[in-house]
Amino acid sequence: MTLTIIEPKPVSFVALVVAAAGAFAGLLVGTAHDTPFMGVLLGAAVAAVLAVVWLTVFRNERTARWLTFVAFGAVGFFYVGLMGGVIGLAFGAFFGWFIFWLGEGRYRAKLPPYTTAYQVFLHFLFRVTCGAIFIFLITPILVVMPLSFNAENFFTFTPEMLRLDPEGYSLKHYRDFFSNSDWQQAMRNSLSIAPMATLLSVGFGTLAAIGLSSEHVPFRRAIMAILISPMIVPLIISAAGMYFFYSRLGLQGTYWGVVLAHAALGIPFVIITVTATLVGFDRSLTRAAANMGANPLTTFFRVQMPLILPGVISGGLFAFITSFDEVVVVLFVGSAGQKTLPWQMFIGLREQISPTILAVATILVAISIALLTTVELLRRRSERLRGMSPG
Amino acid sequence: MSDTTDTGPVLAADGTPLKRSLRRALRAQKLRALALIAPLLIFVLVTFIAPIADMLFRSVENQIVSNTLPNAVATLNDWDGTSDGLPGEDTFEALYYDMFLAAEAKRHTRVGSRLNYEESGISSMFRKSGRGVDDIGEDQIDALEDINDVWGDETFWFTMMSGPDGVAKANGILSAQRERLANLDQSSFAGEIGFAPSQQIADLLPRTVRAYTAFAVFTAIEDEDIVAEEEPWEAVKVALIEDLRSGIDLSGYDGPGAQELREAQQGLANQPAIDYKQGFIDITEDWANLDNWKTIKMYAPPFTTGYFLNAVDMQKTPEGFQPRPENEQIYGILFKRTLFMSLMITGSCILLAYPVAYLLANLPMRTSSLLMILVLLPFWTSLLVRTSAWKVMLQQQGVINDTLVWLGLVADEGRLVMINNQFGTIVAMTHILLPFMILPMYSVMSTIPPYYVRAARSLGATNWTSFWRVYFPQSVPGIGAGSILVFILAIGYYITPEIVGGTSGTFISNRIAYHISTSLNWGLAAALGSILLAAVLILYWAYDKIVGIDNVKLG
Repeated sequence: MTLTIIEPKPVSFVALVVAAAGAFAGLLVGTAHDTPFMGVLLGAAVAAVLAVVWLTVFRNERTARWLTFVAFGAVGFFYVGLMGGVIGLAFGAFFGWFIFWLGEGRYRAKLPPYTTAYQVFLHFLFRVTCGAIFIFLITPILVVMPLSFNAENFFTFTPEMLRLDPEGYSLKHYRDFFSNSDWQQAMRNSLSIAPMATLLSVGFGTLAAIGLSSEHVPFRRAIMAILISPMIVPLIISAAGMYFFYSRLGLQGTYWGVVLAHAALGIPFVIITVTATLVGFDRSLTRAAANMGANPLTTFFRVQMPLILPGVISGGLFAFITSFDEVVVVLFVGSAGQKTLPWQMFIGLREQISPTILAVATILVAISIALLTTVELLRRRSERLRGMSPG
Repeated sequence: MSDTTDTGPVLAADGTPLKRSLRRALRAQKLRALALIAPLLIFVLVTFIAPIADMLFRSVENQIVSNTLPNAVATLNDWDGTSDGLPGEDTFEALYYDMFLAAEAKRHTRVGSRLNYEESGISSMFRKSGRGVDDIGEDQIDALEDINDVWGDETFWFTMMSGPDGVAKANGILSAQRERLANLDQSSFAGEIGFAPSQQIADLLPRTVRAYTAFAVFTAIEDEDIVAEEEPWEAVKVALIEDLRSGIDLSGYDGPGAQELREAQQGLANQPAIDYKQGFIDITEDWANLDNWKTIKMYAPPFTTGYFLNAVDMQKTPEGFQPRPENEQIYGILFKRTLFMSLMITGSCILLAYPVAYLLANLPMRTSSLLMILVLLPFWTSLLVRTSAWKVMLQQQGVINDTLVWLGLVADEGRLVMINNQFGTIVAMTHILLPFMILPMYSVMSTIPPYYVRAARSLGATNWTSFWRVYFPQSVPGIGAGSILVFILAIGYYITPEIVGGTSGTFISNRIAYHISTSLNWGLAAALGSILLAAVLILYWAYDKIVGIDNVKLG
């Protein structure tokens, strides 16, 4: 099918590019040993020699890659220790793959055969840029996770951690989270507020979404604008307004005040997801049910509800996460008795910085991964139910 | 075919005209839809829209001055605020009663802090006056009690004010004083107090009865004491002295205490009049300061533009609206900074999101779903987790600085300051809002057909031309949608600037929070919030026009 011709590239070209990569790797290693200049020279030389040897003298790719992998790892382990070994293995794997990927011309495999060298270069430059942006997106989360296992009360990697010394790691921040009464109380508050708020927003929201998706709704646009507004109005304004208004009603600083506020904030998410599910809902099904003698309630619970359930559940998850994550409104509408997990984290970040926050953060990331997976599975199920293919 | 001559209306099965039958069915459908929507609509109106409306109201509301000092404010209407003379003795006399009641209810400091926003120093003036107000008229009260010590006796006062059993009561005065106190204290003063002034004494001694009734209502409801067992306030005695000195005719009065009243009127005749103006000036010189009086007069009306003017660095002076002094102009800078930083964040989000969205839209489905996880994971992660991650990364002993020092790019003493400034806020918020830019861009780009670019290329366009002239214009709606979304979210952000912004990287929202929880200037917070809200609503409207709120997609 592919027209691209994959052919070996001149060794001089490969050696040059690999030497540049080697120089960069050498810079990293060299600066760590206070000799950046030596690092660059040595890195470039080793990489270039390796490329020439593997591509001209020793052309067995499998063996060559394994050799590089093991050799780099051994050198790293010998000079630096465990962490050096790991870094060496990574470098070895990369250079082994890189030399043959370039040398065999495999990098053009997915490009049209007419692309010029410059266009190939641009293509890979673009890919590398995107990779950097993805790293930017994901790094903060990846940094938090290992740091939460820090044995010290620092917010940075200790030398023990970098040496992969088991001494440098511990579960003490997790232990602190599970034994500290402040955190436990905050956890309990979060877990009592969020489900109640979710229940309110899902209950009202689903009904309204069904109403909104029928064919003739007067003032549909205006109603939609009002219902979506809690998502658009800046949280600080919602918080200020609710603080003023709920204090007039005596709701400020009470459980129900926070629940009502969070329910209002979660409603737009329920409306959006449920109306999106209802767009694909086949109305002839309800008519068929009515035709066969089912009353509206039966029709709703036996026909419509099972079909839109995935949408309702993912809307509910959104509402749950909104309440579970919310800090600005609860900060104003709640009092010390409603201190939620995000509030406790906020205090921790602003005043008494303790790495327990990182342990909590890791737990929350794990929870959000679980929720994300659930939502994705529900979306696929919903599309399968509606006869569309997932994706 | 034979019915073509029949021009009558088409009928439904039950014999009604089809048109009407259809209309009825449509109306039923509409009502059903509205009935389903109504609970949620009411819920949102009560829990969300009403608070916003309340905030808007607070930004212009200014009833505290006229509620606390109603009599003084009323007399100030006649005072020409621009002349050089202080207000007249009647204003000071009215101020005495207002201040006395306010001090008893402990509300004088509130009006003091309210007016202090406009003219500094007024707060302490009111605080001192609240402490010193019962010294005014001291000598005259002593003289009154020297004449007959029944004037210090609570039972005597109660009997005189209530009148004999079965006498007509002045209920109008009672309810007026209840309302007055309710306005002052912002709480209800309804309930049984076990006292009502007699009509006879009210006609004879109007000031005294007003003052005593206020005292009685306050004692019974607020202090929860029995009126007959409490000695009246100094203000009640001062009111009696004023009543007696005003030359009333006591000869026709025969109710309780008639003898003592006549005796007192005679005894007080040779006493000097109470000098309220001097009394207040003795408490603090500030009462002789014309500017303070001008401020009180200026902020007496129940609604004010003062908070809004303050929010845009203006102030109301007798000469009209004027900019505040240079060193007090903080909100203009803050609004500009919020705007500038939101634009920077939006701009960097566009720059970072465009390549990623392009890549995701042009990769095979499997790979792009996999990479999409990298976008959705931060999107789904708690905001505080991401903010704390940036705090960990950016601080001076943080991960980035440590890495730079380890690499030798930065000296250990020269660690970069990347947090608690604008840089930190922009980096952290760009990261946090990036998914909101990538997702709309991606959904637009994945609908762009690849043929156009290929056609352009086959017609001889270069890489750049085919991108810039063919692909880019088709992706502009995605940029627009993402930018408005990110900008709306950015200008109202609070948490991230609060944690990583320090002092130079904070937004207008941090100032709003400060005024709500620390300086307690709620009116100003509401005015700043209203301005921010107006900006967001305009953008929201634009977003609705360009993208449509129905098209908001999640994940």
